[in-house]
Amino acid sequence: MKSLAALAIAVLLALTPTASFAVNPDELLADPVLEARAEAIGTSLRCLVCQNESIEASDADLAHDLRVLVRERLKAGDTDDQAKQYIVDRYGEFVLLQPVFAPHTLILWLAAPALIVIGALVLFITGRRRKPLATAGSNVLSAEEIEALEKLSAPPER
Amino acid sequence: MIIELGHFALILAFAVAAVSTIVGFAFWRNGERITLYVRQAAVLQFLLVAAAFGALINAFVTADFSLSLAYQHDHSLMPLIYKVTSVWGSHEGSMVLWISILVAFGAAVAVFGRRLPQDLLTLVLATQSLLVAAFAGFTIFTSNPFLRLNPAPLDGQDLNPVLQDIGLAVHPPLLYTGYVGFSICFSFAIAALISGRIDAAWARWVRPWTLLAWCFLTLGIAMGSYWAYYTLGWGGWWFWDPVENASFMPWLAGTALLHSALVMEKRNALKIWTIFLSIITFSLSLLGTFLVRSGVLTSIHTFASDPRRGIVILVLLALFIGGAFTLFALRASALRVGGLFAPISREGALILNNLFLATGLAAVLVGTLYPLILEAVAGKTISVGAPFFNLTFGALMVPLLLLLPFGPLLAWKRADVVAVTQRLAAAIALALVCAVIVFTLAGWSISLAPLGVLLGFWVAFGAIAELVDRAKIGRIAPAESWRRLVGLPRSAWSTAIAHFGVGVSVMGIVATSAWAGELITTMAPGQTAMLSGYTIHFDGVDDQPGPNYDATRGLFTVTEQGGGTRQIEAEKRVYTVSQQPTTQASINTYGFSQLYLQLGEKGQGNAFVVRIWFKPFVTLIWLGAIIMAFAGFLSLTDRRLRVGAPRRAAAEAPQPVPEAAE
Repeated sequence: MKSLAALAIAVLLALTPTASFAVNPDELLADPVLEARAEAIGTSLRCLVCQNESIEASDADLAHDLRVLVRERLKAGDTDDQAKQYIVDRYGEFVLLQPVFAPHTLILWLAAPALIVIGALVLFITGRRRKPLATAGSNVLSAEEIEALEKLSAPPER
Repeated sequence: MIIELGHFALILAFAVAAVSTIVGFAFWRNGERITLYVRQAAVLQFLLVAAAFGALINAFVTADFSLSLAYQHDHSLMPLIYKVTSVWGSHEGSMVLWISILVAFGAAVAVFGRRLPQDLLTLVLATQSLLVAAFAGFTIFTSNPFLRLNPAPLDGQDLNPVLQDIGLAVHPPLLYTGYVGFSICFSFAIAALISGRIDAAWARWVRPWTLLAWCFLTLGIAMGSYWAYYTLGWGGWWFWDPVENASFMPWLAGTALLHSALVMEKRNALKIWTIFLSIITFSLSLLGTFLVRSGVLTSIHTFASDPRRGIVILVLLALFIGGAFTLFALRASALRVGGLFAPISREGALILNNLFLATGLAAVLVGTLYPLILEAVAGKTISVGAPFFNLTFGALMVPLLLLLPFGPLLAWKRADVVAVTQRLAAAIALALVCAVIVFTLAGWSISLAPLGVLLGFWVAFGAIAELVDRAKIGRIAPAESWRRLVGLPRSAWSTAIAHFGVGVSVMGIVATSAWAGELITTMAPGQTAMLSGYTIHFDGVDDQPGPNYDATRGLFTVTEQGGGTRQIEAEKRVYTVSQQPTTQASINTYGFSQLYLQLGEKGQGNAFVVRIWFKPFVTLIWLGAIIMAFAGFLSLTDRRLRVGAPRRAAAEAPQPVPEAAE
């Protein structure tokens, strides 16, 4: 019960759904709404000099510069997309942790959905081919099965 | 001298493995003497590699810096445990660990596999020897750990400070045992394809090895995740880093394999698919080794990277995977089709499980490799990071988790889904009630988090529902229920416990991602901060010299809402040799939740940057994984795995309908 209460308090006091990490206190924006937006953008941008870390998570200098840049753009009145685009224009597509949906990423985005559809189709088709059993009803034995059962339960021929 | 003996032992192991491979594959039909030979060779390989490994450990522990590897990664002032673990804190040493586990599994099969048919055992051990020969050869010729320095340097260059952690003692051995343990499934698959012995008995023989490797991999991944969580200093526990994915992919494939082997063992169906998964699982282990060891990716796991090694591993990878799949293509069509079943049945549920796991695996695989391939083909660089994986992989796991509780309750061959839903009614109701409580506490908002919690509760309660159902709790006298519960086979218990663990992990993941509290602030000694109901008082800092580092220690007092207080400390270290700074966060567990505090840079005056997070229910993530692994070990003790597989009666039961079940 104590941990549930802790959860409730955590929920009430949580600043934002996304956490930020190597951020220094002086970088934070005074406006919590704007800061939350900046953090959301920051977690989707890659720290270019790090290995697979977002700029919010990294303590590299470049990440610091980018965090400040994002916050400046937001203060200047950019929308989230505009602020992101501003960074992409300067640092390239590599900076986006979630790749864009474009011709060169079609395979990336469509591979899993295509596979699940193909897999489901294959299962459906092989399922249909097993029709005798599939349509036999939930607990009713087919004629062949009854025959097989009788053979099995018949006394052994010695 | 000991080092040269170790070097010699490794070369000898390579030679023994090579001869055993040739003899095994050439004469596998020739019966007892050949089987005995490859079994003895497997044990000999183990002893030789153990000797080589021991020689390395000895050099590191005695700080013998005439060994180049010890000079590069060891230091005389390092604590003993890190001297031992730094053996595998380098590329060369980690390859020796890799081979050690490979030969250990080979020897284990040789010792415990006496009940296996001789031809199958010979082929399994021959394949395992081939793997040993390939990787021992790779190590000796491209990454020799036994190179000497003359004159010997006075002291070593120290291990990367990030690796000077108990995590290095736990994570790599567990992970490698899992990773490399899947080689046995691979060897069994190759042996089955060559000998044509692919039946329910095969599935029963291979299953305990799969299970063993899977348990270790589960623990290895979980411990790696926890290590990253407490080391990286901000409480992230999974990053979808390519190196993490490299270990996660064999886990997904191995999980699918565990489930499909079940169908093969019980119903003699899904044979082609199970063999395919056996090959794929270890292929993914090899792919992971390639990704991590080649330098294609740079990360903390890569150590020193050398492109030549990458090419050699790539060639080995191509040979093993290519060879296995060629054999598969040639032989799989010859497989006879096994038991039949309706779409709605235990088999059907396990196939769905495999569909979702395999597709999830494909999503991770494509996401991991796509940027590398795109850069090579089109010269474009893109990043595929956490948002992509959360979206694609996450979307695939939701239906899997929704359907999971149904699986164990469905009957084999054909099942009544309405009846099963009725038996799950209590679990559904309980999960809904719990989710409503969470919704109320969290505030009713359009958010995925409470739905995720609902999913976690559903999986956990659904897992218990199977036990409740089988013990007829509430329907018969409690004493009788208890007797039934105790009498349930361990495999039933382990299924329920493992699935319960999945639910626990899901709850931890959702809660900690959705409701973490954070505070980044500047504090001077004497100041107080508040977060998530905890009052954190900064008592002060002092200097704390360590054996091979200097630390600044921040002392804090945390007061809970209930009034309980704890003294906690967080450190910033600078390692003397490398001058590399690290942070030792202070992590305090309250119930299942944790308060995570990191001492940052010194600011103006005596103020410090302090970063504090509250991670609600975060420990459930790893607890769930430990529960899953425990369930796996429990299942290994099941009676059915200790007794021999039943032999088919001479007169087989007539197959009712000659149609495909694959």
